[in-house]
Amino acid sequence: MAITDDAPPGAGPRRTGPSPDHPGRRLNSPLVLTLALLLAVLAQSPIRGLLGTPAMQSWMTVFVAVTVQALPFLVLGVLLSAAIAVFVPASFFARALPRRPALAVPVAGLAGAVLPGCECASVPVAGALVRRGVTPAAALAFLLSAPAVNPVVLTATAVAFPGQPEMVLARFLASLLVACAMGWLWQRLGRADWLRPPAHGTHEGATKGEAFWGAVRHDVMHAGGFLVLGATAAATLKAAVPADWLRTAAGSPLVAVLALAALAVLLSLCSEADAFVAASLTAFSPTAKLVFLVVGPMIDLKLFAMQAGTFGRAFALRFAPATFALAVTGAVLTGTVLL
Amino acid sequence: MNRQAQAAVLFLLGAALLHAGATDLYLRYVKTGLRPLLLASGAVLIATAVATAWYERRRDRRSGSHEHPGPRVSWLLLLPLLALILSAPPALGSYSALRTGTALQKPYAYGPLPAGDPVPLSVVEYASRAAYDHGRSLHGRPVRVTGFLALDRSGAPYLVRMALNCCAADAQPVKVALTGDLPPVLRPDAWLEVTGTYTPRLTRDPVNDGPIPYLKVTSTRPVQAPRDPYDETWNN
Repeated sequence: MAITDDAPPGAGPRRTGPSPDHPGRRLNSPLVLTLALLLAVLAQSPIRGLLGTPAMQSWMTVFVAVTVQALPFLVLGVLLSAAIAVFVPASFFARALPRRPALAVPVAGLAGAVLPGCECASVPVAGALVRRGVTPAAALAFLLSAPAVNPVVLTATAVAFPGQPEMVLARFLASLLVACAMGWLWQRLGRADWLRPPAHGTHEGATKGEAFWGAVRHDVMHAGGFLVLGATAAATLKAAVPADWLRTAAGSPLVAVLALAALAVLLSLCSEADAFVAASLTAFSPTAKLVFLVVGPMIDLKLFAMQAGTFGRAFALRFAPATFALAVTGAVLTGTVLL
Repeated sequence: MNRQAQAAVLFLLGAALLHAGATDLYLRYVKTGLRPLLLASGAVLIATAVATAWYERRRDRRSGSHEHPGPRVSWLLLLPLLALILSAPPALGSYSALRTGTALQKPYAYGPLPAGDPVPLSVVEYASRAAYDHGRSLHGRPVRVTGFLALDRSGAPYLVRMALNCCAADAQPVKVALTGDLPPVLRPDAWLEVTGTYTPRLTRDPVNDGPIPYLKVTSTRPVQAPRDPYDETWNN
């Protein structure tokens, strides 16, 4: 295997040791960071030995791949969300969305079609919308629909299922339906105290520039950490789950639907790629594949970690199971009618 | 993690993305098309690091105190950073290929064979012509395919190419079983250029029951791993 043996790029600027003004202070984070990186460089040959087995290597490859693939979209979403938080006045959303939440939900769900990206971008944007005073029900409908109904993802679906335009239509309708249903459900049953508004004040900083870059920094560090957590879980499950259980599951329709729903959660695929994986699961019925395509962009391990980070654990623990149940139901209903 | 440390992590992360995108390293993990996005996001991360350090200095001058404990979960960002910088894990190989079922699918049409003798074909092209067309579109001509070796538990050799759509997490193997004139020592994960002819023999993948056609090998040649270890063409 090829190894990049050179020193970590940019080794210089991180050595911001303890500042001379506070000589007696306890360990501070730049120092810990420097020590951690130095230790890792010193111990790299035993670490490589540990990671040398094929199983560990494929785990690492998948882990790095999920992170590297998602980071650009996370950065895109964070830039958008910081721009919304800093430059778009709250009054804009009050005017753009219908006043009645029941109407605002489907409008926000359809607005998801304009965010060209996958689910990593939609979490920070939805967080910014809530902070900007958009009713949570509408922001959540946007959060759920954006990764599945935008043109990039629908085109990928059409390419993966050539000659089956009904799959694209079914994915679009089912995702929109479930997103709106979740929005309305939140409006009826949701309680404001489940939603922990993001801890940082959006307008710290003297200038708009400072507030903007502050928001970008905070969101990348915060959502990025949760992204890594989700990537760890996804890589572990991909390595641990034996692949042949899928073959046994394809036999009965009910088990097939539940198996692909669970697989969508565990694999945490990017919504731009999941259609190709669904298409390759040839043993499964179209409805089961549709379930895979609807559940994946709405709730998976990576998304759960990011939602818990952005909206709070109390929210994610309630929101995720409800989304899962509604997504499976909505996809099965749509699949029965259309496919 | 305070803001100085956050700036350092952001900078290193951006530099690692730029490094991966500027070299061919990123091809081990994601598709080619993601390169501009990788480079752009690397640049944004570095800009964020610079802006953080800049505003932090001004704030220091203004007030002097800076106690901003950042989110603790941020420390996790060191994991992919260290993995990328220190070990740069290789592209998925025979281990994953044997754990995953072949992803071969029936194509819609068979294009004309490329010129050349033997005919240069990808693993996917040969496998689909052999498995779904009974080799008719090959017209009995010898073919040349390139892929890496995987040996199953009984030691039977397969020539594999991983097909990828977005990132390595969705990579799936397409396998061709090898028979005929093979070198005496076979090493898993070694890249081989195999010349051979169609044979009607077909086996089933034990993982997903997918079809694995055979190729009757007449000669082999060890080759370098290609620049992009994954096959990104098969369904785009």
